[in-house]
Amino acid sequence: MRTKQLLVALLTLLLCPCLLFAGTVSGKVTYTGTPAKPKPIDMSKEPTCAKQHATPVTTETVVTGPNNALANVVVYISAGAPDEGQVPAQAVTFEQKGCQYIPHVLAMHTGQELKVVNDDQTSHNIHPLAKINREWNKSQPPGTPPISEKYDKEEFIPVKCNVHPWMHGYFAVLKTSHYDVSKDDGAFKLPNLPPGKYTITAWQEDYGTQTADVTITGNETKDVNFTFKAKPY
Amino acid sequence: MMKSRTISLSLLLMAALAGLAFAQNAGISSGYPTPKNGFTDSQQRGHGLYLRYCVYCHGVYGDGNGDNAQFLDPRPRDFTAATFKCRSTPTGTLPLDSDLIHTLIRGIETTNMPSWRPLSDENRQDLVAYIKTFSDRWKTEKPGDPIKIPPEPAVTIESIKHGHELFEKMECWKCHGQQGHGDGPSASTLTDSKDQPIRPYNFAAAHNDARFKCGVTNEDLYRIFMTGVDGTPMPSFADVIQPNDAWDLVHFLRTLQIDRRSKENDVLKSAGGPSILKTAEPKAENTVPAESDRQVSHAGH
Repeated sequence: MRTKQLLVALLTLLLCPCLLFAGTVSGKVTYTGTPAKPKPIDMSKEPTCAKQHATPVTTETVVTGPNNALANVVVYISAGAPDEGQVPAQAVTFEQKGCQYIPHVLAMHTGQELKVVNDDQTSHNIHPLAKINREWNKSQPPGTPPISEKYDKEEFIPVKCNVHPWMHGYFAVLKTSHYDVSKDDGAFKLPNLPPGKYTITAWQEDYGTQTADVTITGNETKDVNFTFKAKPY
Repeated sequence: MMKSRTISLSLLLMAALAGLAFAQNAGISSGYPTPKNGFTDSQQRGHGLYLRYCVYCHGVYGDGNGDNAQFLDPRPRDFTAATFKCRSTPTGTLPLDSDLIHTLIRGIETTNMPSWRPLSDENRQDLVAYIKTFSDRWKTEKPGDPIKIPPEPAVTIESIKHGHELFEKMECWKCHGQQGHGDGPSASTLTDSKDQPIRPYNFAAAHNDARFKCGVTNEDLYRIFMTGVDGTPMPSFADVIQPNDAWDLVHFLRTLQIDRRSKENDVLKSAGGPSILKTAEPKAENTVPAESDRQVSHAGH
């Protein structure tokens, strides 16, 4: 019985491709110092959105979590990544809800389909301010189908709605599929890395970028942490 | 009797002046008889024309940072971005050469871009060839496919009423205001893609002569909101308005130009005037324009 279980386990391991790309880089993004206080957003000019929030929402330029965690930080492999050409087949979705962008920072691969959805009762215009990619600007009234677009070049693109000036977001268009965006706990994970030398970059929309070099030799998990210096305003 | 030295000096002077006259008539010289930097002949001629006519606003690098730019609002176009306001092609795509030439001929209403109608056709073509050298996008991308514009239907009160419904449904009034004065609730916070404050078009601004940024005719107006005004808050509505419905919106928008003699205004007047177009009363929170909003909306026309 034990031998059978052992054989099954061995077979599964052999068949599992993850054995080949089992290196992982993970860690936390934190800040030091005191970040600027998020400001409340006045949505009174758009009552259909204002009433969706019991308490006013706050600006999302810097989103923090417990233990000095920094959210919405894009962590990705900027050099040494093995699979820059593979475009994921599924689309990523950018949602306009309650006159906010969800997620605030959306990471995607170059050439990957981006779907923009309007779940509000008001019209939005989706205006990504690309400088390297094409800059386009489309109106999206409520009840209209999702807008489908894609970007060909790597770029961090600020996104805004002209009708609702408090709406800000970012598209992180990356050449690699090894990326993660930190949540409120500041944690990120880049799994499935073959052995090699990598440069990891962490990007925060206000605090800039930081890099770290890491070498993966086998299936180990390397711990890499990023600490940004908070700006007081 | 004149001394021979006087004669020869006079002849020399005449030759020099004639030579100068010839040089002027031969067209603007860019200083290089053979093209430099891999330019074609047309681009080289365009370079000379640019240095004479365009550089003081648009800058040596074509980035809109010429010496005059600091005094101008809106700022001159940044050709390095290859984003253009007046196109017949969809938002985010490159314009056709004819779009750029029309912009040169018309100038851009409500801005400091003058009409370059007095230049020759060849001059304008050379200028277009030259400004394309400011961005590599022209090398890697083709211009978009121009939008298809169906023939304009008759101006009827039904068309105007439907256009008004679209104006409400697409929420154009959020920026342009219910009377199209450019004083909607979002108007005061609008910024262009270079973060410079910008106002929406005021349909009631000029009087009988109201021109748009990118044209004069109904077809130009159609093209403006279907392709969007790239680089500004004005989005493209091509994905959300049917091509035939768009004509209804054009007919309604013409009635916002209340002082203009037009078929649309005549049709609306004989049907009872603007009061027959019912506007859904905006909620109280939306309608109070700030004092500063009203003042700003009358400035800068």
